Amino acid sequence: MTLKKTALGLALAGAIGGFAAPAAAQDQIYINHNSYRTGPFSGSGIPIGDGVKDYFALLNARDGGIGGVKIAYEECETGYDTRKSVECYEQAKSKGTVIYAPWSTGAALAAIPRAHIDKIPILSMAYGLSASASGQTFPWVFNPPVTYWDGASVFLRYIAGREGGFDKLKGKTIGLVHLDAPFGKEPIPVLEAFAKEHGFNLKLYPIAASEMQNQSSTWLGIRRDRPDWIYMMGWGAMNPTGIREAARSGFPMDKFVSVWWPGEDDVRPVGAQAKGFKVLTWHQVGQTFPAMQEIQKLVIDKGLSQTPRDKVGEHIYGKGIYEAVMISEAIRNAQKVTGKKVVNGEDVRRGLETLDITAERWKELGLEGFTSPLKLSCADHNGANPLFILEWDGTKFVKTSDPMPPVRDKVQPLIDEAAKSYATSNAGWPSRTETCDKAS
Amino acid sequence: MDVLYKIFIEPFALMGSAPDLLVQTVWEGLVAGVLYALIALGFVLIFKASGVFNFAQGIMVVFAALTLVGLHEKGVPAWLAVILALVVMFGLALTIERVVLRPLVNQPDIILFMATFGITYFLIGFGESVFGGNPKVMIADELYLPRGVTDVEMLGGRVSFQHLDVAAAIIASVMIAALAVFFQYTRIGRALRAVADSHKAALSVGISLNQIWVIVWFTAGVVALVTGIMWGARSDVSFALEVIALKALPVLILGGFTSIPGAIVGGLIIGVGEKIGEFYWGGLLGGGIETWLAYFIALAFLLFRPQGLFGEKIIERI
Repeated sequence: MTLKKTALGLALAGAIGGFAAPAAAQDQIYINHNSYRTGPFSGSGIPIGDGVKDYFALLNARDGGIGGVKIAYEECETGYDTRKSVECYEQAKSKGTVIYAPWSTGAALAAIPRAHIDKIPILSMAYGLSASASGQTFPWVFNPPVTYWDGASVFLRYIAGREGGFDKLKGKTIGLVHLDAPFGKEPIPVLEAFAKEHGFNLKLYPIAASEMQNQSSTWLGIRRDRPDWIYMMGWGAMNPTGIREAARSGFPMDKFVSVWWPGEDDVRPVGAQAKGFKVLTWHQVGQTFPAMQEIQKLVIDKGLSQTPRDKVGEHIYGKGIYEAVMISEAIRNAQKVTGKKVVNGEDVRRGLETLDITAERWKELGLEGFTSPLKLSCADHNGANPLFILEWDGTKFVKTSDPMPPVRDKVQPLIDEAAKSYATSNAGWPSRTETCDKAS
Repeated sequence: MDVLYKIFIEPFALMGSAPDLLVQTVWEGLVAGVLYALIALGFVLIFKASGVFNFAQGIMVVFAALTLVGLHEKGVPAWLAVILALVVMFGLALTIERVVLRPLVNQPDIILFMATFGITYFLIGFGESVFGGNPKVMIADELYLPRGVTDVEMLGGRVSFQHLDVAAAIIASVMIAALAVFFQYTRIGRALRAVADSHKAALSVGISLNQIWVIVWFTAGVVALVTGIMWGARSDVSFALEVIALKALPVLILGGFTSIPGAIVGGLIIGVGEKIGEFYWGGLLGGGIETWLAYFIALAFLLFRPQGLFGEKIIERI
């Protein structure tokens, strides 16, 4: 009996080991991402996860992977819990992931000190530590195509344009409604620096994660302070509630701008009342792009994904596509730079540093007009791409502004200073030794 | 000196100069308080009947609302979805009694308390598996919940009354009154109170403990469904609602774990207190103080009444 149990146990352990070690296979490239399809932040986590997953499924189904090598893609569920994220990082590392996407600023901050030791590049797409745009200090961390600091500067550029110039911001009150977490607080230094320079008042309205669906006090405070503009740094359940409360409190939607995370599902329930609500973003929405249509045809219609067909091309789904394109192009670059088919984390880091997705390349990818070209380098791990306004017209998002570049002459010194400060305050932070490749 | 001014002068000056904002804040607090009271009521019902602090009450709110919306998404008409959601909550009560409570009879309270943690995690996983983890929109229109707002010009300003909030306050009040009558004047209610006083004495006069537990858990499920509908209509039906349900803890500390009036009064005090505190004094502490202010208020009350406002005074020899 005991022998039988032992044999069964061994067989089971072998089976589990077999399932748990896709990375061990030498004919595929393994990628493990954090995800949160459960919990209070699932409203943001699900469409992003769907976008990433569907794009890799498309590459596998249509092209046989990247450079003839299949992509083995797995998610690790965190529920947006930083502690679980750390466990997921360890899991991803042990399975040999070639890149790690934390999908949480808190998780990114936790992973940054480990990346150069474990030789795993961290990709925090338009989130995470803004200072990690500095490739000189953070050779293993990438945050393209724009930082939260850039986002705040573009928001100010936009409202300055609306008000008649930066000098017209003097005496105005600008409110920041933000999740009371590292992510939500990230743009505060930039907003404070601009407030000092241009003489506007900055009012902060923090919202604890436990109060995301209970924001009435915050919006009463906004009614009391009467800010001229509101900038929102929201995530998960905070976004739909914030938009709903803004409408309830009568705040002019035309003066309500959010960082790039709200999706259609966050605004749709408010409908026409949310008309004029604005989101800063760097890519278009819609299903007209050939790549989106291919996903519908080759992935969803073939039963390779559970994404609802009508969700393809929506705003947050598009962010998942954008990230997956960056990763796949970085892998392609890594294959060219190293001459290897099956690349590892070190190779992908080199692929990211030589990333150059031109307008022509976006067209080849079936995403012409989806977004701006993106070019990274050893020094610049961000790209500082332009942003534009997506405005809610009552039923859908429409692009209503030209692309606006970040105010990098103001933001770059802050990035450099913050990167330097990070390196000095973390004793033993290594100087960059990684060599630079020529762009492929 | 500036701090003292901001604590003792500025808030009261604002109350005087903008009394409409004070009225609005109190109203928002009352609405939130009524909803907190509803959640707390679910805790009280189960605690009274079984001495168990039901940690799963928060997730029951989410699960009930998810069931309703999920069924409607699958094409079930709203009225039928409500009935089916009630049937599901009854089934849940029956299952919990059979699978969790009955085998744990005579176990220490802490074991039953831990079992409710198990129920919580089971319902999270089960709910997500069946209905998905994505937030859903409450079927407010289909349930004939009113929309719109009435602005009343008063005290030199404007006070807005959302029709949904007014409806929430009325529905919650009716529900609380109905429960009070049910427990005070019906046979089952009296049996429940007997069980609350002493399990052994209740058993000795022929009251079925198992039956009472099913009724109480089902009643808590009905309360959870109503709470889920009202909160869900104000924001979304998402798993974030479970966290809000924890706001019932300070309400219970304040009102007492065994008192229905305590849950109501406690809910209102916490609701109004946290809104006033956040609005007038929040900025002094960087804002976002609501989360802990509710506990602070409850603990301040405990200094004077350790058993809560309406809780039973328990004297034990040691």
